[in-house]
Amino acid sequence: MNALVPLLVIIPLIGAAVTLILGRYPRVQIVISVSALTAVTAAAGVLLAVVDSTGNPIVVKVGGWEPPFGIVLVVDRLSAIMVLVSSLMLLGVLIFAVGQGIADRDRDTPVSIFHPTYLILAAGLFDAFIAGDLFNMYVGFEMLLAASYVLLTLGGTGSRIRAGTTYVVVSLVSSLLFIGAIALIYGATGTVTMALLSERIRALPLEVQMILCAALLIGFAVKAAVFPLSFWLPDSYPTAPAPVTAVFAGLLTKVGVYAIIRTDKLLFFDVPLTVPLLIVGGLTMLIGILGALAQADVKRLLSFTLVSHIGYMIFGVAIGTELATGATIYYIVHHITVQTALFLVVGLIERTGGSTSITRLGGLLKKAPYVAVLFFIGALNLGGIPPFSGFLGKVGLFEAGAASPSPLVYVLIGAGAVTSLLTLYALMRVWNMAFWRPKKDVEGYESPMIESLQESPDAVNGTATGVATANRTSVLMVGATTGLIGLTLCLTVFAGPLFALADRAAGNVATPDSYVESVFPGGTP
Amino acid sequence: MSASLTLVVLMAVMYGTGVYVMLEKSLTRILIGFLLVGNATNLLIFIMSGRSGNSPIIDDGVTGAEIVDPVPQVLMLTAIVINFGITAFILALIYRSWWLSNLGDEGDDVMADEDDEEAMEADQAEIFHTSLEDDDEAVRSVLEEGGDSDDDDAPHAQEPSEQERDVMR
Repeated sequence: MNALVPLLVIIPLIGAAVTLILGRYPRVQIVISVSALTAVTAAAGVLLAVVDSTGNPIVVKVGGWEPPFGIVLVVDRLSAIMVLVSSLMLLGVLIFAVGQGIADRDRDTPVSIFHPTYLILAAGLFDAFIAGDLFNMYVGFEMLLAASYVLLTLGGTGSRIRAGTTYVVVSLVSSLLFIGAIALIYGATGTVTMALLSERIRALPLEVQMILCAALLIGFAVKAAVFPLSFWLPDSYPTAPAPVTAVFAGLLTKVGVYAIIRTDKLLFFDVPLTVPLLIVGGLTMLIGILGALAQADVKRLLSFTLVSHIGYMIFGVAIGTELATGATIYYIVHHITVQTALFLVVGLIERTGGSTSITRLGGLLKKAPYVAVLFFIGALNLGGIPPFSGFLGKVGLFEAGAASPSPLVYVLIGAGAVTSLLTLYALMRVWNMAFWRPKKDVEGYESPMIESLQESPDAVNGTATGVATANRTSVLMVGATTGLIGLTLCLTVFAGPLFALADRAAGNVATPDSYVESVFPGGTP
Repeated sequence: MSASLTLVVLMAVMYGTGVYVMLEKSLTRILIGFLLVGNATNLLIFIMSGRSGNSPIIDDGVTGAEIVDPVPQVLMLTAIVINFGITAFILALIYRSWWLSNLGDEGDDVMADEDDEEAMEADQAEIFHTSLEDDDEAVRSVLEEGGDSDDDDAPHAQEPSEQERDVMR
């Protein structure tokens, strides 16, 4: 079993190398990257089953070095869940991207660089999830960030370079904060192995703990797009190609949330974070969703709902009880799936409708009824309509909040409910404009003023690519999107067992001593 | 833990200047700022190794008290490599954004320009080539005439000079 753990990182890396060498053979590239991700998904499934049945984390000492000196990889239930969900998402989006490439009959650029970069992103992601020491987590972050820089600026068009510049600079600053925090933590404790840190940080004065915790949290909060540090996200994500945006939206911010959970529960559980995190979480929810209401572009709108829903996860982390952590884990899984699926649906809308702006879309229900159904299910799910998983996740969080009551928690529950309703409002506006209203209403809307607006680069971009690529969806694209939407429905149908699994994972997370014991069976040095 | 004051001051100065330069709008300055701050962070990691000492090679008779802590050096090395890769990417990004801002949309039609240039170059090369061929032909004719001169072909007899005939013989 232990051999499977490093494979999670090694398989995508080898796949990346091979696809880079075979850049001239797109079909071979597709076969290799799909099979690499399938293998990782299978490995992650097996690991989750094993870890869940034994209840103990799997610890791998890389290179045979003993823990405080060598690197350890630790797979507990939380890591395994994250790896499994993200590998499923990566696989689904990859199939969508392949379908899009086939629909475009795009035989050379930029597909030749897409597959290697995508696999490196996957490797970095999995490395960050299974890292047993802070520095390895930093390396995982850097791998996935470097790959994401390339994916975001794919093709090097003006708008992507502009968006990419913001994204790169913001990510660099957050990485520098992260590694600066690691240096300080090393200075204070003399180790970067998380299991050992968990013990040694407890021995530090509380003030020092708070400084270290704040340094680390700010670095992660930039990556997770938590409120005061979230403004880069809606500006940079929507310009990327649809599959890339879907992966970024689904996974990259959640790595930040995962890192916050890990450090908060394993390293800094003595630091009183509840109140600041509650305030920040509430503001993230409300300000994010207010931004979404003002958007006409569906991709930008979804990016704002993404920021807003990060607030729910921060809310869950802030409450800090085992119940809340379980609900947070379930919510993360739900949100990864539904957000990725919705961005893929938007990719389909762009193809069939020729635009992503709701002022210019119309009549899609008649034109593409199947896409309409997919969007409707995803929208209801994200908006938190019962019986979908979005509703269940939010109820779980609110229940956990009500179980550890304080005035601020009740305010947050109210804010969460309002955010949920506003999300539904924003998405139903998209539904009404893009799908429900007849096409002729849009054409009647074509006043000269609108025509002059179309001269702006975005509009021209929309029409140029839109008209050229309208109605060019392939079976693979629709199939991949259907698969992901189906997965969100599975989260609803199997909510009982999944919530139980999330609670067991939270049980692991809530008892850092069991984590420490599995890394150091004979006691810490 | 003890640390060299020089390193601490150097780190502080690099952080200060780096952050200041990073606040500029120009992408190149942001890169320079990033390099300064990144290296300041490397110094920070290095300072965390504490007192100086011998190189950390465990040999007979070497105790832990004599050698320097190797872990920060390893972390630093990794961070340097990562910074190097990111710097290379940002340089490419700067070049591309310079290209787009200076050439705009026409910059994307660069292939057409290159084709034109290539065509022109090809034309010039052809001219050169034909002229070379002409030269060759002239030389050949000279040679042939030299060879033929014994036969005393009338039309070509006058062209080669007396000296050339001498050389040929």
